[in-house]
Amino acid sequence: MTGDLLLFFGLAIVAVAAAVGMLASRNAVYSALFLIINFATIGVFFLLLGAPFIAMAQVTVYAGAIMVLFLFVIMLLGAEQVQQPGGGGWQRPLAILLAVALVVETAVLIFGGGASQAILPAASDYGNPQAIGMELFSDFLLPFEITSVLLLAAMVGVIVITKEDRKKPE
Amino acid sequence: MVPVSYYFALSAILFTLGALGVLIRRNAIIVFMSIELMLNAANLLFVAFARTYGALNGQIYVFFVIAVAAAEVAVGLALIVAIFRSRQTVNLDEISSMKG
Repeated sequence: MTGDLLLFFGLAIVAVAAAVGMLASRNAVYSALFLIINFATIGVFFLLLGAPFIAMAQVTVYAGAIMVLFLFVIMLLGAEQVQQPGGGGWQRPLAILLAVALVVETAVLIFGGGASQAILPAASDYGNPQAIGMELFSDFLLPFEITSVLLLAAMVGVIVITKEDRKKPE
Repeated sequence: MVPVSYYFALSAILFTLGALGVLIRRNAIIVFMSIELMLNAANLLFVAFARTYGALNGQIYVFFVIAVAAAEVAVGLALIVAIFRSRQTVNLDEISSMKG
């Protein structure tokens, strides 16, 4: 019982600290690395919540592919350092104030609305890749196929956006 | 088991940090990473709710969210690269020519 709580709070502290580190880093490469730590801890949370397939997808797609893309673009553009603007200083305190208000609101909703029911014990095959696959290819077959079209459209769109226009060089 | 409300609270904190990042950072790439953080907070909530009710639907939705996020990241980063090519900057305060 306490072991679960210790594990949860340890991981939660790592996740929140990594998110704060991402926000506070001056260098965008450090931000990306902090975000990878955060994604990895969220992957462990998925494992704790009985979602091993989603956890693996999280690690390979998010912490792997997406963050490699981020790091690649950061280094391609050489955009590690963007100086914070001197003006517009009033935005930051206001943003922090609004963020605190959002946290308080959600805390009131979570802990005041009686949503604190205990987690039910799951079936033994809950969340394993076979069950996910059965669900994905029966009830969710159409969304799955639409996802493939979406990914193809994104791929074509990216190629078109980043293509050099050879006919009229600027 | 950890009470599920703890997961809600963690998800809310991560979402708020992502929103804060969108508001206070001016580097377009870091703003984009903050959006990914918010998507992940929502995913965590989906999986926590799926576990609470013993339903698999939440995990399937997370699968689709991850697929859409991958497409979104590819298109968004391509846009950032295209903007950098024409403007030589990723600072959002300097990319304001469409402002009314």
